[in-house]
Amino acid sequence: MNRNHLRVGAAAVAALLAFAGCGARSDTTDESTSGGDANKTVKIGVIAPLSGDLSSFGAGIRNSVELAIREANESGAIPGWTIELAAEDDQATPDVGQNAATKLAGDDTVAGVVGTMNSSVAQPVIPVLDAANIPMVSPANTLPALTKGADLTNPVRPNANFFRLCASDDKQGPFAAQYLLDSGITKVATVHDKKVYGKGLVDEFAKYFEANGGEIVAAETINPDDKDYNTVITKIKEANPEAIYYGGESPQAGPLSAQAKAAGLNVPLMGGDGLYDASFIDLAGAAGEGDLATSVGAPVDTLASAKAFVDAYNAAGFDSGYSAYGAYAYDAANTIIEALKVTLPGAADVKSVRAQIVEAVGKVSFTGATGDIAFDEFGDNKSRVLTVYKVESGAWTPVKSGEA
Amino acid sequence: MNVTLFFEQLVNGLSLGSLYALIAVGYTVVYGIIQLINFAHGEIFMVGAFGAYTVWMVVGSPTALSWPMALFVLLPAMILGGVVLSVGTALATERFAYRPLRGAPRLAPLISAIGISVFLQEFVRLFYRKLPGAPDSKRAIPFPRIEGITGHSLQVGAVAIKLSSVFTVVALAVCTAFLWYYINKTKTGRAMVATSQDPDTARLMGIDVDAVIMRAFAVGAGLAAVAGVAHGLYIGNIDFKMGFMAGLKAFTAAVLGGIGNINGAVVGGLVLGIVESFAAQLGNSAWKDVWAFVILILVLVFRPQGILGAKVADRA
Repeated sequence: MNRNHLRVGAAAVAALLAFAGCGARSDTTDESTSGGDANKTVKIGVIAPLSGDLSSFGAGIRNSVELAIREANESGAIPGWTIELAAEDDQATPDVGQNAATKLAGDDTVAGVVGTMNSSVAQPVIPVLDAANIPMVSPANTLPALTKGADLTNPVRPNANFFRLCASDDKQGPFAAQYLLDSGITKVATVHDKKVYGKGLVDEFAKYFEANGGEIVAAETINPDDKDYNTVITKIKEANPEAIYYGGESPQAGPLSAQAKAAGLNVPLMGGDGLYDASFIDLAGAAGEGDLATSVGAPVDTLASAKAFVDAYNAAGFDSGYSAYGAYAYDAANTIIEALKVTLPGAADVKSVRAQIVEAVGKVSFTGATGDIAFDEFGDNKSRVLTVYKVESGAWTPVKSGEA
Repeated sequence: MNVTLFFEQLVNGLSLGSLYALIAVGYTVVYGIIQLINFAHGEIFMVGAFGAYTVWMVVGSPTALSWPMALFVLLPAMILGGVVLSVGTALATERFAYRPLRGAPRLAPLISAIGISVFLQEFVRLFYRKLPGAPDSKRAIPFPRIEGITGHSLQVGAVAIKLSSVFTVVALAVCTAFLWYYINKTKTGRAMVATSQDPDTARLMGIDVDAVIMRAFAVGAGLAAVAGVAHGLYIGNIDFKMGFMAGLKAFTAAVLGGIGNINGAVVGGLVLGIVESFAAQLGNSAWKDVWAFVILILVLVFRPQGILGAKVADRA
């Protein structure tokens, strides 16, 4: 008898905690403002990693989109319509992202999606949204194939609904390689995490680096689930590189840098936009000093056009920073809003004008927080500014910006 | 591969292997007694690391202690904190998730263990950051530096050995010695052996089987907590899902060495660690897990009972 009571008690406690967990995890917010009651609703979706290792990037994307929506609603950008945010967590996982896309595609009021962060998640997400004629504007996907197809020498745009604001890896890898060559570094060891983004970045880096007189002295990989990189580091150390180029993200790159320096491999670690986050510096600790990352766009806090965004973001009281992709996410949301301005007035509902919205996104031209926004025939942003950042006194400091 | 490289990879392998071994003992002790693959054990290891981190946080997150203070006061306190939290969690899971299912079919407690594993991960992920002053537990958290260990190396000839590696290997040696003494020289330890050999007869001889099972969980959890601290020092960061992969590898190590056999768990862990590091060195690092599991399969094909032989009661 007693045992039964206990069992029921434990089950009840477990159920309660499970519910509490659900509550804390839910990240979908309704951003209905106090606009007129007669307003029709249009939703802008977000698909980004809102939990897990990359949640600091994801939160920056989500919050920046929320900010853009809030501002558009306050200024009555689209008369007769109220914009709402529909944020979905993709957990940086392709199948979770695909489910999120299916959910958003099934919602007749969704007019566009900002996302994803990971190229590997974008791959299954884009076709799902394409089938429903929903435009997707990415602040962060850097895989070249997403806009140009698998064969870069003979580019074919695979999906007409996909647009991106950031420069792709075929620009970012070479930009990093050129920076290292300019610094007199000719022997580099590459490491990547075997994911689409990491491998793509390293491939593009190595191609350019070797074509321009550099030498790849070791090419290794790690498992993103591993915590201990010492075996790989010992192996690389033997090849005496002058720098390590890492394709991947900060949750692995930070510890990799820390463990490399602890093992006596005192060379800078360089990576792409996946490293450009405060979490890299947290995890690398003192070892991160002098490490490098390229990131998309000009440094946000120095750009005049971005100042308004940064001020508004800081004033909005979000509980996390705008991170590497915040300014692009803000511009991505505004890209969709710009397209809605010309398509929604006069439309009976969102679903019937989706094809026109996709078309309108392709034609937008405005000045956003990151500079001029306009797309080429592949859906890539025409301006492709990249910046090299260096960790100096525990903070990312821009050292070189340029058009790639 | 030159001699320096050989020894450096050997040290890497021994360090990683020691972590696996410390966790593997927990799988093997529990399996030896109740034939339960406690899949939540990896999470007990994770909880131990967070327990140690909590102690550091509670004493005011000191960063500039002198090395004797850090090494002889802070570190033992952190280990103690980790052990207390791990053992407490393990006993609670045993009491509420496994004991009610003791008479149930074998698969029921296995599923219960997977449930506990997911529950503990999510609990730490969602609630640890709610503690006052706690960092964001959704992401990896840098582990505190212990002055006297972190960032220092021992130079033996041309081979640099990190002190965190030394700590990990020494922790395994000390824990194994303690375990040997406990199992072979104490009355409760022998009760444990008796129960694993034949629980029914042990019960007839007046052994409190429930108490023995709780001790088995407690011992495994204690070692897992030590592994949690060693992991923090050696790897440099901890996170809510660190127990998953480590648990899987440690379980593999326990099977490799011979499930139910404590010495086997230690040998299995070290072998797995060393194979992984040399597989990465000799082949491409992408293949290291493939080789580790090829070795596992080969060992099990030719020696199904594991390297040292399984020690499990025949219940037929």
